[in-house]
Amino acid sequence: MSTDITTSQRPTPPSYEVPKVYRYGALIVGFFALVIFPLVFNNPTISTIGVFAMIFLMAVTGWNIFSGYTGYIALGHAVFFGIGQYATAMLSSYWHINPGMWTFVLIPVSMILAGIAAIPIGFMILRVRKHTFIVLTIALMFIFQLFAYNLRSWTGGSQGLEVGQPGWDGSVFNLPYYYVGLFVAIIAIITSFMIRRSKFGLSLLAIRDDEDRARSLGINTTRSKLIAFIISAVFLGAAGCIYAMFVGSVYPQFSFDPAFDLELSIMAFAGGLGTILGPSLGALIISAAQQYFLISFGGANVFLIVYGALFIVILRLLPGGVVPAISDKWRSHVVRKEQRKLDAEIQGPAEGGAKK
Amino acid sequence: MTLLGVNNISKSYGGIQALRECTMNFQEGAINGLIGPNGSGKTTLFNVMTGYETPDSGTVTFRGNDITNATPDEVFASGIGRTFQLTRIFPRLTVIENVHIAAQRQGFLAQLRQWSQPDERARALESLDFVGLTKLSREPAGSLSYGQQKLLEFAFIMVAEPKVMLLDEPAGGVNPTLLKHLGGRIKELNKSGVTFIIVEHDMEFVMGICDQVSVMHQGHALLEGKPDIVRNDPAVLEAYLGTDMSEAE
Repeated sequence: MSTDITTSQRPTPPSYEVPKVYRYGALIVGFFALVIFPLVFNNPTISTIGVFAMIFLMAVTGWNIFSGYTGYIALGHAVFFGIGQYATAMLSSYWHINPGMWTFVLIPVSMILAGIAAIPIGFMILRVRKHTFIVLTIALMFIFQLFAYNLRSWTGGSQGLEVGQPGWDGSVFNLPYYYVGLFVAIIAIITSFMIRRSKFGLSLLAIRDDEDRARSLGINTTRSKLIAFIISAVFLGAAGCIYAMFVGSVYPQFSFDPAFDLELSIMAFAGGLGTILGPSLGALIISAAQQYFLISFGGANVFLIVYGALFIVILRLLPGGVVPAISDKWRSHVVRKEQRKLDAEIQGPAEGGAKK
Repeated sequence: MTLLGVNNISKSYGGIQALRECTMNFQEGAINGLIGPNGSGKTTLFNVMTGYETPDSGTVTFRGNDITNATPDEVFASGIGRTFQLTRIFPRLTVIENVHIAAQRQGFLAQLRQWSQPDERARALESLDFVGLTKLSREPAGSLSYGQQKLLEFAFIMVAEPKVMLLDEPAGGVNPTLLKHLGGRIKELNKSGVTFIIVEHDMEFVMGICDQVSVMHQGHALLEGKPDIVRNDPAVLEAYLGTDMSEAE
């Protein structure tokens, strides 16, 4: 293939990305803010909000790896959240794990079990698309809830299961959960980042835009979707494990809760579906706000009204989510800057000529 | 030498017979035109040849191998690329990302590498240079004009280096300047050994660019020959205008 343009002559298009110095700067500031948060706000009520925020942070990042990147909106990922919870409750009892730091060993076990469960589930439900897929995921979540209710000898049925709580002092009780949660959430974010930068990630985005076209260009769409689904489930399993350890009990209606996936999707949409950091930002804002409103206005479910109003405000002002809104602003800034440069180049010689 | 052939292909949708025992051979190294009135079965034939539709009967062969029941990805992997009547790009990805997608035919481990490898990026940019879209490489593909989207689709098929390119109405909705540009690129690629099969209604474009033209009418092959012969054939005129021209006169 021959071209008219050599590499040196090639026109360089302007970069619309926010410069690395700002992006990495924001990441470093964000990271340190999350690290010192429970040390600065050591009130147990506030650090409890922090623990839930970390759980949602890893869960929504995992959810976004599948639903955000492929465009398959899954509303049944509570299945893997629930599997993580029940695995923790059942195995801590079965293996006689003393409540304490050793319980955290169950996180990788829950991740593996959720990942294994995702294989047959993925094979079944990834054969369908769009609305049918959404309906199937919801149905599957209710099937698992029924399992949890009816397999009483394993799950305790509606009585649920207890997870032993360590006897740590109240002032530091939340810290291990918070930091372990932060650690797993960072792994989830790094995984999401690596996927987005890989050829695999690009194939997922191609599936989101036009799956048939992606397939016709040689992408193994079934394999790509299934792998993303499994990775996604793995982080939901971890979230379920930490949740069960922190809350100390597991019940079918809370482990396999239809509202859970709605919360995940709201967080992802608010932050920016399909972006790397958008869902994380959404999780931090929405989950913290949710917990705060629950504590402040919990009495007559007023918190739900406040929570709903916040969501409407975000969608109204930033329909694509927070991160895409920032990207758009930056893009407009670059375009205006380029235009000013171009205007100056056009006007410069003209003014010079006029002076002569 | 025949590179891609269809033998007695039939395909119907309910009561509509889109293809009826259609037999055609497309020569290696040529720019083949495929013309015919609306509804004559050209796009259906493209769909059958590229694995998007399974024929009711008949066979499709590529380099002597039967590819009748191959899936679209298998057809693409064998070296047959195609564009669509209505462009099918990835609108929310950037132009350069679109071009990279066509270079994804690798095992899973290779897929874990960063998508923008220097050698592949160079190839992708070369492909964009070829169609004149380099300046727009960082724009979302959905923001391009229709004509530019046609060129982009052409570029991302090209980057996969297919042996045959099937272009479905490349001139549709493209302005004359871009069309001239596209025609030049087709000829240039053809010189480097790529075979083309072009479905098109723009007769000036087809007759100006093609070495061989096949005509379809009511789902079967009506005629094959050099553009000059096809242009003046009464049967072709009748197929297009629906009347015998000599009788009309």
